[in-house]
Amino acid sequence: MLEIKNLHANINGKEILKGLNLTVNAGEIHAIMGPNGAGKSTLASVLTGNPAFTVTEGDVSFNGKNLLELSPENRSREGIFLSFQYPVEIPGVSMVNFMRTAVNEHRKYKGLEPMSATDFLRLQREKKELVEMDNKLANRSVNEGFSGGEKKRNEIFQMAMLNPLLSILDETDSGLDIDALRIVANGVNKLKTPENASIVITHYQRLLDYIVPDFVHVLYDGRIVKSGGKELALELEERGYDWIKQEVDGK
Amino acid sequence: MNDNIDDTSSNTPLSGGWGASSYIDLYKAHHENIKKHSAQVMNDLRDDAFALFEKLGFPTVALENYKYTDLKQSLAIDYGLNLNRIPIPVNPYDVFKCDVPGIHSYLYFVVNDGFYPVNDPRNSKLPDGVIIGSVKEVAATHPELFQDYFGKLSSTKQDGLVAFNGTFAQDGFFMYIPKNVTLDKPVQLVNIMRADVDFMAVSHNLIILEEGAKAQLLVCDHTVDEVRFLSNRVTEVFVGENATYEHYKLENTHTKTTNLSTLLIDQRTSSNVLVNVITLHNGLTRNMIEIDLDGEGCETSLCGMVIGDKNQQVDNFTSIIHNKPNCNSRELFKYVLDDMSKGAFTGKLYVAKDAQKTSAFQTNRNILLNKTAKMRTKPQLEIYADDVKCSHGATIGSLDETAKFYMQARGISEAEARLLLMFAFTNDVIENIRIPALQDRIKMLVEKRLRGELSKCEGCVICQ
Repeated sequence: MLEIKNLHANINGKEILKGLNLTVNAGEIHAIMGPNGAGKSTLASVLTGNPAFTVTEGDVSFNGKNLLELSPENRSREGIFLSFQYPVEIPGVSMVNFMRTAVNEHRKYKGLEPMSATDFLRLQREKKELVEMDNKLANRSVNEGFSGGEKKRNEIFQMAMLNPLLSILDETDSGLDIDALRIVANGVNKLKTPENASIVITHYQRLLDYIVPDFVHVLYDGRIVKSGGKELALELEERGYDWIKQEVDGK
Repeated sequence: MNDNIDDTSSNTPLSGGWGASSYIDLYKAHHENIKKHSAQVMNDLRDDAFALFEKLGFPTVALENYKYTDLKQSLAIDYGLNLNRIPIPVNPYDVFKCDVPGIHSYLYFVVNDGFYPVNDPRNSKLPDGVIIGSVKEVAATHPELFQDYFGKLSSTKQDGLVAFNGTFAQDGFFMYIPKNVTLDKPVQLVNIMRADVDFMAVSHNLIILEEGAKAQLLVCDHTVDEVRFLSNRVTEVFVGENATYEHYKLENTHTKTTNLSTLLIDQRTSSNVLVNVITLHNGLTRNMIEIDLDGEGCETSLCGMVIGDKNQQVDNFTSIIHNKPNCNSRELFKYVLDDMSKGAFTGKLYVAKDAQKTSAFQTNRNILLNKTAKMRTKPQLEIYADDVKCSHGATIGSLDETAKFYMQARGISEAEARLLLMFAFTNDVIENIRIPALQDRIKMLVEKRLRGELSKCEGCVICQ
């Protein structure tokens, strides 16, 4: 589904990704862990086309298409979803209007008619339940005045509405208490199918108790330096990253 | 069609170009004619206004109050004036379908500067005692309604444009709402500019709400023909004790229009006033708005919005004068400017020494969509009382890039994301419309305008 080869990217001339390789297939959950500043969030930003970052080298293909040539909106319409580490507040734009616009732009891209108001409201109601989202949040402006937990739930709600092929969860666990974490993780797990895949970016093993990965990768200094199964996350939790840094830097 | 234009003023430029001196000469040559076709109540003040205009001339950018808007080019044009009050051969009720649907208003037209005399057959009967009509005609039948009001706010203004209006205005729109009468529907006044040569309209409107009266007025400014227009309109509004008045002004004119409007409002004890000035499309516009709070317990909301592109210019010059204690005023203006457009906002807030317990809040926020659009903003607070709550804030910025990317990451195109953000930005001004049908209509028009479609009312055959 996703194939990243030798990806280099910088921000304001500073190279952050330095030759990253990663392959994700349908049905898989990949966890990406790593110390601060390794490039985890940069990877998420580059995959979704954030204009602040410049790709200098490498290829990314998504279901056979050259992802790097697509605009951010077309990446979304092709089925990539990013759950933002810091969801953005948009005063004056209602959640309903925002979501309906997004859903209908996706449908237009697929050559479908816009969804009727009734169908949209039904879909929205159904997906809200998935993340136990309060009804009144849907009538407010996007993320405006939402608590940290509500914002993250809102991200998963949007993911449910857009039904992506590849979802990238960027530190979705940060700022969540244990109950909110469980709700968010449950939402993600319920959306899991053999046809879709996830990349879970996290600092801590804790989230992986709820969203169990098939693969765990360690990102350090702009590259994936170690990969393993879910037991690698436990080892990292216990031993920290220093031994990996030594392994890499010692080479 | 040239018949309806006074040819002494439309064809041959007078000596000295088209500055103040040519209008001074015009007045000297035609003052008898001007008076003959006007109302006594207007003529009583005319020579004084002329003397003041002779002294002040047209305002220039050298004046502090006009430093952001240069009128020189607009005033240099050789406009025709209809000093002989020849009827304009157009029936606005036939051609103008620009009614805001669902609003069910009492609809009136002013064509250039003449009140269109035929009442719309769709207008149902006005409540008892309510008078709506032309200043000239009502002044003849009800002079007593004018003596305490007409010119009371305008004649003391040391302003060249107001003095010019006093010199040349021959008619205007008149509305009177008696004590404790509530108008069941909004009144819609459509100003249509219609001429075959460059043309100037000068009118003076008077609106009176007696104690406890309630009325809503929607003023729409439109242009029909592709010639250059200048309008100079003064509107005086007297809002009595406990009266409630809402004034909406929607401008949708073409780029060759110069719209100079002065709105002067006097508020008495416990009255409630809302003014919402929306400039959707225009050429050069200057709205001077002054609201005097002359009684305790007044509530005032003054809002406005500007969407500008091309070479459009809009200057909202506003003053709220707190003369008495315990009044609340709130001011909110928002501008979205693109291309080479220019915006200006002045927010004067005056709190007199005795106006204790005043609460006054002012906000002006602006978005510039590119580097060539310009915005000037000037909060100007003068506070002489010591027990007040006053604040002001002015910002100029661009669209929020992180919000835009967030929307794109959800599959919303860049253009649509920009639109949603601009629309959201103007939303709180639209929410300050208390007529639901009008609010819906304005929402739609603003959205169309932001989409770059010509924002004309649906079904309108003349504003093309």
